Parts: sequence; C-alpha cells; structure tokens
Amino acid sequence: MNVLIIAAKEIHQAIRNRWVLAATLLLAGLALSLTFLGSAPTGNVGVRALDVVIVSLSSLTIFLVPLIALLISHDAVVGEMERGTMLLLLSYPVARWQVLLGKFLGHLAVLGFATCLGYGAAAGALAATGSDIDSDSLLAFAAMVGSSVLLGAAFVAIGYLVSALVRDRGTAAGICIGLWLLLVLIYDMALLGVLALDQGRSISATVLNALLLSNPTDAYRLINLTGFANVSTFAGMAGLAQNISLTVPVLLTALLCWTLLPLGLAALAFSRREL
Amino acid sequence: MTGTVRVSEVTKTYGRVTAVREASFTLGQGELVALIGHNGAGKTTLMKLMLGLIRPTSGSIEVLGDNPAAGEFAGRRQLGYLPENVSFDPALTGRETQAFYARLKREPVAKALELLDAVGLGAASRRRVNTYSKGMRQRLGLAQALLGHPRVLLLDEPTTGLDPELRQTFYDIIARLAAGGATVLLSSHALTELEERAGRVIIMNRGIKVADGSIEELRRLARLPTRIRLRVAGLAPSELPGWAPKDATCRRLNGHIVEIDAAPERKIELLHRATAAGNSVEDVDVVPPTLDELYAHFLRQSEQAP
Repeated sequence: MNVLIIAAKEIHQAIRNRWVLAATLLLAGLALSLTFLGSAPTGNVGVRALDVVIVSLSSLTIFLVPLIALLISHDAVVGEMERGTMLLLLSYPVARWQVLLGKFLGHLAVLGFATCLGYGAAAGALAATGSDIDSDSLLAFAAMVGSSVLLGAAFVAIGYLVSALVRDRGTAAGICIGLWLLLVLIYDMALLGVLALDQGRSISATVLNALLLSNPTDAYRLINLTGFANVSTFAGMAGLAQNISLTVPVLLTALLCWTLLPLGLAALAFSRREL
Repeated sequence: MTGTVRVSEVTKTYGRVTAVREASFTLGQGELVALIGHNGAGKTTLMKLMLGLIRPTSGSIEVLGDNPAAGEFAGRRQLGYLPENVSFDPALTGRETQAFYARLKREPVAKALELLDAVGLGAASRRRVNTYSKGMRQRLGLAQALLGHPRVLLLDEPTTGLDPELRQTFYDIIARLAAGGATVLLSSHALTELEERAGRVIIMNRGIKVADGSIEELRRLARLPTRIRLRVAGLAPSELPGWAPKDATCRRLNGHIVEIDAAPERKIELLHRATAAGNSVEDVDVVPPTLDELYAHFLRQSEQAP
C-alpha cells in the first residue's frame, strides 16, 4: 500500500515536472525519424519495414533509454536527502525499502509509458502508411519494446544504487555519466578490441558469453538482434547468432538480475544510511 | 503517567564528534517539554534518534513502544514531526502534499485538508510549494505534523518564520493536544515564548543534558536571585534607601527605581522591609529569573564542571 502511494506520487511529480512529456516526445520523435529516414537505404521493396525499424530502434534504445533512466534515478535518494524531503518522509510510517520500491515502480511506469508510446508511435505510423506487418514482426516489435523497458529498469536500479551510496548529487550525476559511458560505449569497443587481439586463442565461447552477460546493454542487444530470426538477418548478426549459445530466456534472466541485484543492494545501502 | 518516549543512556558520535552523550529521560503523556540548547547542542540529533533516522552509538530509545533504531515504525502513525527548515517537493501544491502525507498515515484526506485551513494556509494551498515563503512552508509543515491526532509531536524550531498571530494559534493548538494527552517535545531559541507554556524544560549543552525539570524546579536548583524593583519617591539619583539590606546587591536603575537581587527565600522578608519603611515606595515589581537567565546559568555551570 505504502509502495503504491509513493509510486503514485512519483508519477504525479514526473508528470508535473514534464519528465513524462519530455521523455515521450524525445523517444517518439527519434523513433519516427528513424522509421522514415532509416528506411531510405533499404527502400520499400521486399523488405519488411517493421523489422528494419526494430534494428534501428534497438540501437537507439541502447543509447537513450539508459541515459533517461539514469537521469531520473540518480537523484532519487541523495537528491531527496539534500533537499530535506527525505527527512520528513522517513518520519512517516513507511519502511525504507518501501520508499525505494515505490520510487522504482513510479519511475518504471514513467519510462514504460514513454517507451511504449514513443515506439508505439513508430509502429503505428508504419501501419498507417500502408506497410504490411505480419505477426512475427509484431511479436519481435513487442519484445523489443518490452526488453527496452527492462533495460530501463536495470539502469533505474543502477542509478538508485549510486544514489544510495554517495554523499551528494553532483557525485551521483558524475558516476552515472561514467557508468553510462562505460556500459554503453566503452565496454563494447574494449571487448571488440580484446577479441580482435586475442584471435580466439584464450577467450573461449563461455568467457565471451559471460562477458556479454555482464553488461546489461549487451544482453539487450542480443535479445533483439539475435533473438528473432527475421530480425537478425537485417541486423547483420545472423552469423554471430549462430555462434552465441545464449538463448532469450538466459538473456532476459541476465537483464532481470541486472535490475534486482542493484535494487536489492540499493535498498540495503539505503537502510543503513544515516541522515 | 505513562512514558511515550524513553531515552536511556544514549550516546551518539559522528566520527570524533560526540553529538549526544549519555542522555536519559522519559517523556510522559500530556507533557509539553521544551528542549533548549544552542546550535550543535544535540537537540536535532535527539529528535532524529527518536525517529530512527540515525542509530545511537550506545544506549536505547523507545518511542510509542517501538525501537526506532531497529527500523520499527508502527507507532509512527501516531507521531508528528516537524523538521528544522522543513522542505517539500516543489512541484506539488500544498493540498497535494498534505494529501500524500495523509495517505501515508491512513488518514482521511478531507480531514487532512481541513488542517491546512487551521494553520491559515487557506487559498495558498492550491499553489505549488515552490512559490511559498518560509512562513507558508512552516505552516504546511505544521499541518502535516498535526495529521492523525498524534500522541507524540516532535517539533524542531517550530515557530521560526511564523508571524506573531500564527505563533499564538500554534501554541493554542499544541496546548490543546497536550491537554488531550499528547507528548509534545519542542526545541526552540525563543525562550521567552516557552517560559509560560512549557511544563518542563530540558537543557542540553554540547550533547550533555545539563538540566531537566519544570521552570519552578530549575529556579529552585539554580538559586538565581529574584529581582525586586521598587519605585521609591524622594531619593537622590544614586542614593539607596536606608532599609536596603547590606547583604544583597542593590542598584539604581534609572531616576526612581531601586533594584534588589533577592535570594529566593528572602523575597518576602525584603518586601516587608520595603513596605514597612513607610509610603515612599510607590510601586513594586517582582521579576523571577527568566528562562533566559536559567539557561545561561546552567550552561555556565556545566562549562565550569570538569
């Protein structure tokens, strides 16, 4: 009950602060432009438009959704402490884990709403302009939207963990930017570099799998680019898909762990915190 | 009298700083207790300890049957807290804020909103909190602290930023709550205001409880002189009347006032002497030591103690 009250307030605040509007417009705008501009090189003949959109949107998601998630979450604990609102909230009959879980549900709802609406707009626009969309593509699209929200959840949880550990908002923001750079940009480049240097000598498939699972954005990428046969052909990942033994349930579990583990640790850190 | 808040042997240290050192006291139902001490004396720390926002380094605390340090919070439904420099989420209006807190305490929202009128927030309650002045935020802070007929009220500097009229209303409200059996603990610097209202005073200095009792008890303990001010006719500017005692400090204040520092037990005797001296005494004022003076006295005493 307390969790829901706090979640409702977070949503209310996010609407008031125009976070919902901004995130939705940003995602919808980019999704729509990718949908229509992105189909230019492939043309419209013989290619299933929605599958192309899935490939381009999932690449967009990897950059944007973690960023939005970290932006709304890095402030959740330390920001409220700095503003002094946490002091009052914790004098109410609520447990600290309820505060954190309530915020999580609220932020996740905001992110989920923005993603579904923003990306849904792209799919809707395709359907409206007369592309034929079959049920396979639709399923893959739904999975893409769902896993995008899950990726967002993982980064919201990571943001909370940072927020519950540091002393001031500036530090939280700095660490979150660093994490974003690391997980979204640097990790893959470094991994690629290492693989190229190694030439398959010491890095076995198992190690590679573990390395891919230990970054939520890679787990997300694999779900969307290799999880569905119709999509992986366009993603240029068909070859990779055959070599990687990670199945969609394993990848989803990895993402789920990336959500629950930081969230649990954040709750632990928050419960020990003095203010 | 049943205790609602029990603090026993509580010490709280932050690194090398000891914010509270072995403080013990019990607050009972219906008590209006003033917690005084200068900045950094440990007042806010004590309140935070009672709320479980921080954990004691040693000692134990019980609030409405809960141990706040262990994260128990069932009793907090009947607890109101107003932090020093209260702040709210700026994007919400006063009404939305109050409704949110009412839900957390499972109080009917309609009744909670009536409290906003009681603290005089009125029309401003429909505006966003970020447009509020300090006084208006303080009113909203009071309104949320009063939610749900609290049995314990912890108020940290509640009257700062309130105008005199609202101050009066505020003290009326808490006096009514205390009369209804609530324990009110309030910290303040406005000692003159507390003097007439607080049934009990706890004085803190550098984390140590240096005095605890009703104002009368503290006066007795402090043995500070009562000042007797007499308006005496027909005295030269620096002359003292003949009946003035040789063993008490007497001084002339202005044109016609003679002030005598009387030890508590000699008050009546001195008054007798003054009135026996004939009708040169035109007026008399007896000023017992104020809370300000008591406070200063106990601080001095604790500083001198090893």
